[in-house]
Amino acid sequence: MSRRRWLSILAIGFFGVVSWAALAPLPDRESREQPFVIPEGTWQRRMSGDLVDILPQQIRLTLGINDVLLLENQDTVPQTFGPALLMPGQSFRLPFELASEYQFACTAHSSGQMTIIVDPFPASPWGRLRWRALQLAGTFGNKSHEPNG
Amino acid sequence: MTVVALLSAMVTLAADRPTLKAGVFEPPRAAPELSLDSSGGGKLSLADYRGKVILMGFGFTSCPEVCPTTLATLAQARKRLGAQGEQVQVVYVTVDPERDTADRMRAYLGGFDSSFVGGTGAPAQLATVFKNYGVMAERKPIGNSYTVAHSSSVYLIDQKGLLRGMMPYGRLPDDYVHDVRALLSE
Repeated sequence: MSRRRWLSILAIGFFGVVSWAALAPLPDRESREQPFVIPEGTWQRRMSGDLVDILPQQIRLTLGINDVLLLENQDTVPQTFGPALLMPGQSFRLPFELASEYQFACTAHSSGQMTIIVDPFPASPWGRLRWRALQLAGTFGNKSHEPNG
Repeated sequence: MTVVALLSAMVTLAADRPTLKAGVFEPPRAAPELSLDSSGGGKLSLADYRGKVILMGFGFTSCPEVCPTTLATLAQARKRLGAQGEQVQVVYVTVDPERDTADRMRAYLGGFDSSFVGGTGAPAQLATVFKNYGVMAERKPIGNSYTVAHSSSVYLIDQKGLLRGMMPYGRLPDDYVHDVRALLSE
């Protein structure tokens, strides 16, 4: 097959993927919660010198898709988790209704700050394309919306 | 069987609780008590306000932006609540005990709403309060003076003294109105 034909096939494929990403409806989710969990034994791991960083310094949420931050402490000691002090077995559920960038004081991070970016619902084709690109970047990149501990 | 019944009761209780605009603690725990000097004179104790919804923030009177915004929001919310505003108590605990005396806090808070109460005390007393609520307060030098970086959320304590939620900085007065009404309706 000629090089030109290969390029044509690649261009058509790329156009198809971009069109799908822009036009296909967003997947239904059972819940709009974005959970982060401190598992049992975290305190002991920290005491033994492990660097356990469960909550990323930046979390990205999207209105209408995952706009509820859910923090759960399953450890046996109180834990400061983002903006909240959670007792063992306690959770903190924080809904967002406005797209914005939110700063929280957080002693769990060396900077003392945690940022939550809430994006608007991706209603337009461009918005869906951007949302899917961010999801892809999150999967292969810094995973800013997922637990990294 | 007993465990199943207990879990079932907890789930039922949680389902019965109203939805709040604030972040919600589940299960709620008793709000840690304060032992501070009140801007109104005498000792400041949360137990004195049992039966009211308490909105408790942390800040300082020299704060240039966050505290005035928060206090103005709380004053506006209390005003919008009308007669129900009488069932709300705003408590503001200082993160700057060196400058914030009880008198200074009374004068400052009175500028927003004369019903607001401030709490101050020795640094060690305040450190205990900060630890109990997970509040961050860090002094930062500016030239010959200093400012204090601090947590900016407001805690919601229900009529039984349970720490029910935490409203992040920047939320609107109507969000507080919604949550106070929800807590008062229980």
